[in-house]
Amino acid sequence: MTGAASGKIAIRGLRKVFADRGGRGGTVALDGIDLDVQEGEFFCLLGPSGCGKTTLLNILAGFDQPTGGEALLDGRRISAPGPDRGVVFQEYALFPWLSVMDNVMFGLIETGTPRPKARETAEQYIALTGLRGFEKSLPHQLSGGMRQRVSLARVLANSPEILLLDEPFAALDAQTRLLMQRELIKIIQSVGKTCFFITHSIDEAIFLGTRVAIMTARPGRIKKILEVTLPYLRDVTSSEFNALKREALKLIEEEVEAAGRQ
Amino acid sequence: MRWQQEQVRRIAVPLGLVLVWEAAVRLQLVHSAFVPRPSVVAINWFYWIAGGPEEVAPLYSATWLNHVLSSTERVMAGLLIATVVGIVLGILVGRFRAAEQLLDPTLQVLRPIPVSAWLPFAVVFFGIKNVSAIFLIFIGAIFPIYLNTYHGVRQVDRILIRASQMLGTKSHRILWRVILPAALPAIFTGLRLAAGLAWVLVIVSEMLAVKSGLGYVMWDAYFFMRMDMIIAAMFSVGLMGFLTDRVIIWIKDWFTGWTQGLTMEPVQ
Repeated sequence: MTGAASGKIAIRGLRKVFADRGGRGGTVALDGIDLDVQEGEFFCLLGPSGCGKTTLLNILAGFDQPTGGEALLDGRRISAPGPDRGVVFQEYALFPWLSVMDNVMFGLIETGTPRPKARETAEQYIALTGLRGFEKSLPHQLSGGMRQRVSLARVLANSPEILLLDEPFAALDAQTRLLMQRELIKIIQSVGKTCFFITHSIDEAIFLGTRVAIMTARPGRIKKILEVTLPYLRDVTSSEFNALKREALKLIEEEVEAAGRQ
Repeated sequence: MRWQQEQVRRIAVPLGLVLVWEAAVRLQLVHSAFVPRPSVVAINWFYWIAGGPEEVAPLYSATWLNHVLSSTERVMAGLLIATVVGIVLGILVGRFRAAEQLLDPTLQVLRPIPVSAWLPFAVVFFGIKNVSAIFLIFIGAIFPIYLNTYHGVRQVDRILIRASQMLGTKSHRILWRVILPAALPAIFTGLRLAAGLAWVLVIVSEMLAVKSGLGYVMWDAYFFMRMDMIIAAMFSVGLMGFLTDRVIIWIKDWFTGWTQGLTMEPVQ
């Protein structure tokens, strides 16, 4: 089993079928996914809505179990959620009764860090994500962008092996979104984490990813993986960027059409 | 100015009602033997609290505090037991399928039995004692607490559970770290409903099952046709119920202050 695993994350023949309500049969969400995510890479998964991107992330996070195949982290089979995989949700999923500081400290406390040390570490990530001055605020008092910073600081404080980001900026307005993409690149570069990032935005995927995987319409498979070798921060108006964008767009369009015919 | 205006609004209706009442009796629209004037009620209520001349209030002079304390004691005892049992049951049934299958059918069959229907049973079973009254309050108060806790637990957003799991929360700690704090506003709603019911039930049970408390005074005053005492006791219960609710709101705000700003504010 471990012999076959090569990446930080190794996905082998992964299949997920959701049983239909009451009936036999079911919906095949993912079918035969093989994928390796290398240490330190920023891997973007790009696909039309309903293609099973989030299903794949949920399996990597351990929230969902595959119907067939397996997903490995450092050669160990993923079976349950754990602090080695930090998830950033589109809906933030902050604890509304806890202050920013307590939200960021949450994972540290749960994994047995003594309070003074947890506070120290939390302060460090609060500073890194630009949240200084908001330590005592409650999540609902913050804007969407600020909430997503808290969500990011919360998982980074736990020093996970990998970050799993599920369309984290999809609910933000266009300006905030651009700002957050830039901030994310800076933060990830400074902490050097492996990222698995899900998005339906071609621009976002090519702006962020070192590799961009394009998924097929349901059942979800990996259609093609594009290498993006442009240096950060990328110039979205450059011809190289647009060439990649054109290629991705063509691949996606085929899938959107295919989904339309279904 | 704004503050004064708000205070005037708050007292305008009760003050108006008392004036209408006083006028109705003075104009003999109702007979003063049946309904005394508010001023008479107020004076006799004062004697009841602080003591008065022998010839005016021989029966009840200066006994108010004792009766209030007896009633409050029963309410607190019944409410406390119901709170503990109701929250524990609500969490168990809300969180664990096995507990739901084991306990919920029984609770759902017991729930439609009116609390007043338990009264003869309680008096026969426990006798004319404090425990009868406490038992009835417990029976009445447990269901709103149980149901609200249960729904509070069931309505916890799944994504918060997932968030805590991926941050490293062990399954036995999810209850304390996520479910309980998220369900707390609903639990307090149950507690407020239960406290209201507890004051209803203490009166009912004191009329029949014990020989002290505000309900006992009301029933006793009925036999002596002391309408002034009946009304004074009614207001006393209202006052105590109001104070109990205030205390619960105060505790609730302490624990669930984070909900402020999340929910609607009334328009000016």
